[in-house]
Amino acid sequence: MATSMKAKLAVPVNERDHIQGPADAPVTLVEYGDFECPYCAAAHVIVKKVREIMGDQFRFVFRHFPLTQIHPHAEAAAEASEAAGAQGQFWAMHDVLYENQPMLDSAHLLLFAEELGLEIKKFVRELQDEVYRERVRGDFLSGVRSGVNGTPAFFINGVRYDGSWDLAPLVEALASAARTSQESPV
Amino acid sequence: MSTQNDGQQTAAAQSALAAGTPAPDFTLPSTPDQKLSLSEFRGSPVILAFYPADWSPVCGDQMALYNEVLPEFRRYGAYLLGISVDGAWCHSAYREHRNLHFSLLADFEPKGEVARKYGVYRKGEGVSDRALFVIDGEGVISWSYVSPIAVNPGADGILNALESLSAKKVAHGN
Repeated sequence: MATSMKAKLAVPVNERDHIQGPADAPVTLVEYGDFECPYCAAAHVIVKKVREIMGDQFRFVFRHFPLTQIHPHAEAAAEASEAAGAQGQFWAMHDVLYENQPMLDSAHLLLFAEELGLEIKKFVRELQDEVYRERVRGDFLSGVRSGVNGTPAFFINGVRYDGSWDLAPLVEALASAARTSQESPV
Repeated sequence: MSTQNDGQQTAAAQSALAAGTPAPDFTLPSTPDQKLSLSEFRGSPVILAFYPADWSPVCGDQMALYNEVLPEFRRYGAYLLGISVDGAWCHSAYREHRNLHFSLLADFEPKGEVARKYGVYRKGEGVSDRALFVIDGEGVISWSYVSPIAVNPGADGILNALESLSAKKVAHGN
């Protein structure tokens, strides 16, 4: 719970998740994020650098936590990433969305889908039919249950990380968790 | 998030009304021309969310989060009421700006009176704590929590409390 200082991930990483990095990496970072949140866009740059530094030692999982009432494009962007994911391009769309944050209106979402070479008819139809709304809401609720209170929210090996997510302290926290899990594998 | 407010939290948590206490009734403005009483909600769970002030930063904002979780609260038949010492006009501007779909009550005159009744008024600062109360359909507090003032307590504690309330209801066969 957020009501205790060490909140745990209520829903463990599973096959439904979007995962980058090897399954046997000693450390997994789960982020609850919102494509329209400026702090998340900043964190995106940091996480990319973490991947470069830690390589195979690091696994990254992204879950949706759109604050739709203050970020009018967040829900559509989240669903667009899922629609891209259905065509094998979740991470490409994830990166494009964060790297073009001021342009998340529907015309741009379509443009991004075209640039990624997605099948546009399917992409548009799925967005119109809100095919991924429940999936996004499921991520959101799993975050709420884990005590997520804002974005970005990070969990390192299933435990809430409330420290700084500047590059150096984040890498240090991840490396330390990796050491712990390698000393006493679960 | 820092734990530097833990000392204050303990002090506040001690004075906050605890589970099992009848929730003090109150009547407060919910808009510049309407008032709302806690007793009107008898029969349904109520979530009272005291917070220090309108217009806190957005991305980690507690009220914005509750706005998103609102359908889950409603699934338990619960009503959410936000309370701060801000005035009704301030609340109405804030609600509109943040697109909030629940009532914000103005504990404005006498200032902080309801927060005092619930044991969550911070005299030095003249605002309420960041405190949560879940009140059952009979008007009894079933769960309370005081967060360090700078820490958004999230919604998991509230959902757990509502869940155990509805489990109790099932066990009692009503």
